[in-house]
Amino acid sequence: MIYFDNSATTPVWPEVLATFDQVTKQIWGNPSSLHKLGEPAWNLLEQSRRQIAQLLGVLPSEIIFTSGGSEGDNWVIKGTALAKRQFGKHIITSSVEHAAVRNAMAQLEELGFEVTYLPVDQTGRVKPADVQAALRSDTILVSIMAVNNEIGTIQPIKEIGEILQAYPRVHFMVDAVQALGKGLDDVVFSDRVDFATFSAHKFHALRGTGFVYAKQGRQLAPLINGGGQERGQRSGTENVAGFAAMARAIRLVKEKEAQSVKQEQAVRAAIFKHLQQFDHVHLFSDLTPQFASHVLCFAIEGVRGETVVHAFEDHDIYISTTSACSSKKQAEASTLAAMKVPTRLAESAVRISLGDQNTLADAVAFNQAFDQVYAGFQKIID
Amino acid sequence: MAQLQYDEIMVRYGELSTKGRNKKNFIDRLGNNVRKALHDFSEVKVHANPDRLHIILNGADSTAVMKRLKLVFGIQTFSPSLRVEKDFAAVCQAAKTLIAKQVDRPMTFKVETKRSDHDFAMGTFEMNRELGGYLLQEFPELLTVDVHQPDIEVRVEVRLNGIFLTSEIIKGAGGLPVGTAGKGMMMLSGGIDSPVAAYLALKRGVSLEMVHFYSPPYTSEQALAKAKELTGKLAQYAGSIRFIQVPFTEIQETVKEKVPEGYLMTVQRRFMLRLAVELANRRRGLAIFNGESLGQVASQTMESMRAIEEVTNMPVLRPVLSYDKTEIIKIAEDIDTYELSILPYEDCCTVFTPPSPKTKPNMAKAAKYESWLDVDGLMERALAGIQIEEIHAGQEFLNQNEDVFAELL
Repeated sequence: MIYFDNSATTPVWPEVLATFDQVTKQIWGNPSSLHKLGEPAWNLLEQSRRQIAQLLGVLPSEIIFTSGGSEGDNWVIKGTALAKRQFGKHIITSSVEHAAVRNAMAQLEELGFEVTYLPVDQTGRVKPADVQAALRSDTILVSIMAVNNEIGTIQPIKEIGEILQAYPRVHFMVDAVQALGKGLDDVVFSDRVDFATFSAHKFHALRGTGFVYAKQGRQLAPLINGGGQERGQRSGTENVAGFAAMARAIRLVKEKEAQSVKQEQAVRAAIFKHLQQFDHVHLFSDLTPQFASHVLCFAIEGVRGETVVHAFEDHDIYISTTSACSSKKQAEASTLAAMKVPTRLAESAVRISLGDQNTLADAVAFNQAFDQVYAGFQKIID
Repeated sequence: MAQLQYDEIMVRYGELSTKGRNKKNFIDRLGNNVRKALHDFSEVKVHANPDRLHIILNGADSTAVMKRLKLVFGIQTFSPSLRVEKDFAAVCQAAKTLIAKQVDRPMTFKVETKRSDHDFAMGTFEMNRELGGYLLQEFPELLTVDVHQPDIEVRVEVRLNGIFLTSEIIKGAGGLPVGTAGKGMMMLSGGIDSPVAAYLALKRGVSLEMVHFYSPPYTSEQALAKAKELTGKLAQYAGSIRFIQVPFTEIQETVKEKVPEGYLMTVQRRFMLRLAVELANRRRGLAIFNGESLGQVASQTMESMRAIEEVTNMPVLRPVLSYDKTEIIKIAEDIDTYELSILPYEDCCTVFTPPSPKTKPNMAKAAKYESWLDVDGLMERALAGIQIEEIHAGQEFLNQNEDVFAELL
């Protein structure tokens, strides 16, 4: 089997699962309990937080545990809206964000907030000048993703951050769900970024865990009120085992990061160069530094994405239409639409997303399978 | 960008340059404090000279060493230097590396050369001119020469064992070397204020011993561990700090039983102060320090301070007296004690707090209520039960399972 759908989810590493298992069995007390069953749970929770903070070069108090990317996105967006609504009701985002951002924005629009959706260029990239032009005196939030989940574009977060230096009160959020372990920490945690959201199942830990980086001094209204866990910012009894497992996964990811990014780049390049030879293959991603190492989006002209996914499935190779979250809805990929890719071509798009476990041998096997798949569709290719 | 690995660090003294004949004392103390702070880098050599202090790294990680240096009081600034072979090309290369690290906008600079090795082929003037010319060429848009008030001064020292270059000036912690002001007893509860007060006292050169009152079963092991861990944080500024735990249960129970409610707090505090003073006398302390801030709570009115302080003539110093809570919290965050301080364990100040303590206690009444108690006996028994522990920089107490957990993480 070749698993090329790592942006959808990743296999849980055995040692990460072992942590979850051990903690669930042995350190099951409630971290808020004052007795000696609660104490180690609290200590482990805080040690996990410290470890993550240290690995990412931020403060422990800036790490807030959540259930994952969608919660993080919803929280920062709506939490900003709630906390800052008296200062304004204008939000800026891009037209290529993940559905968790897009739909949170849509809900705020129903409540009377005004959202500016910035266009992207042909590579799926937001123009910093457009951010500048969209900023108003009542803007409270700018939300731009770090790495596009459909085609892998890295957004100009640093440049946007520089523009926002002149607007110190505007919250700047980065959806970094696709960015951890991809050699992009200097982008995600660049000076002006106030919030970044993460999801643990994208890096070999468990579903239902994730975290938000929230810069010291930046306030959000909580969405989940209750017993005051996570310093009152996110109540609910903490998933200690899940967060400890996540902390371990981040350590392992960070240990391998330089090596795995290099390897992903090599695998991606091998496939890219193979696909380039075909007249009727359209490549949306590129090998330039503006694209993350792990995503490659392409289309076989005239063959619908879903058909291509299943054709590769027959070779025991697992790829995706452009976003797993929306891939069952048959909607054309929103990123490609925003890039003004014609609908018919966009409907043919498929995404390869690599992980550290993928090797050059996988690329070779994929390329061979591709030749057969391509030959099989010869009659219907445009 | 990878961190530069430096070979030497030159340290400039702070206020102590102005201290006349005590200067030698100050310098020796600072030298020892720096050695203490760097004790686990066995290869490092520290030379405390009258004008400057030199740290010879001998290959030790300069980033880690500089991180420690930033916490040592009495250092105004320090400059890391690179050592190169006695070869002009090597000097150029090193100077370029140093400048590249600093220059992020158009800046002025000059080169200043000193020679103790007069056999080296280039003279000081020639070095200044040639190296200056080279740097102008390398950073054409960014550098211009200003020999009077340059933004960057590249110092080149030609010595027998190589050529040393330095340009960056890093701010130190300021203050006075810990120990130069004498010893004080710090009343450390575990709240937000007392660690900040301790930090400020350390910064003025006081060497501290922590006095912590604990009252099992009313206070927990965790509260004690928290106070010790706070001491570990503060020990980063002092190398190590002695932690004296004073059993306080009997006194608190007796006071609660016998003294009218309005005076519980005042009488308890008078006991704490008496005990701290007695410890100071036994251990050659010169003053008591605490974390009181005027008007913050009932015990911190001037009337209350007067009524409590009546029991001694030793100075009771309050470094955060005039600070607002927000200012104290800001410092607590900067010195990384805030997170610990807000852990929710009961301490000796929060148990037996009367619902409405007197904010204007009367000294005569306090003394009268105490006359009902066996003050000397209570004191004696408390002092007989003290435990003293040396706590080192960064030592942790709250999470005893840290190593076990590290396996999981």
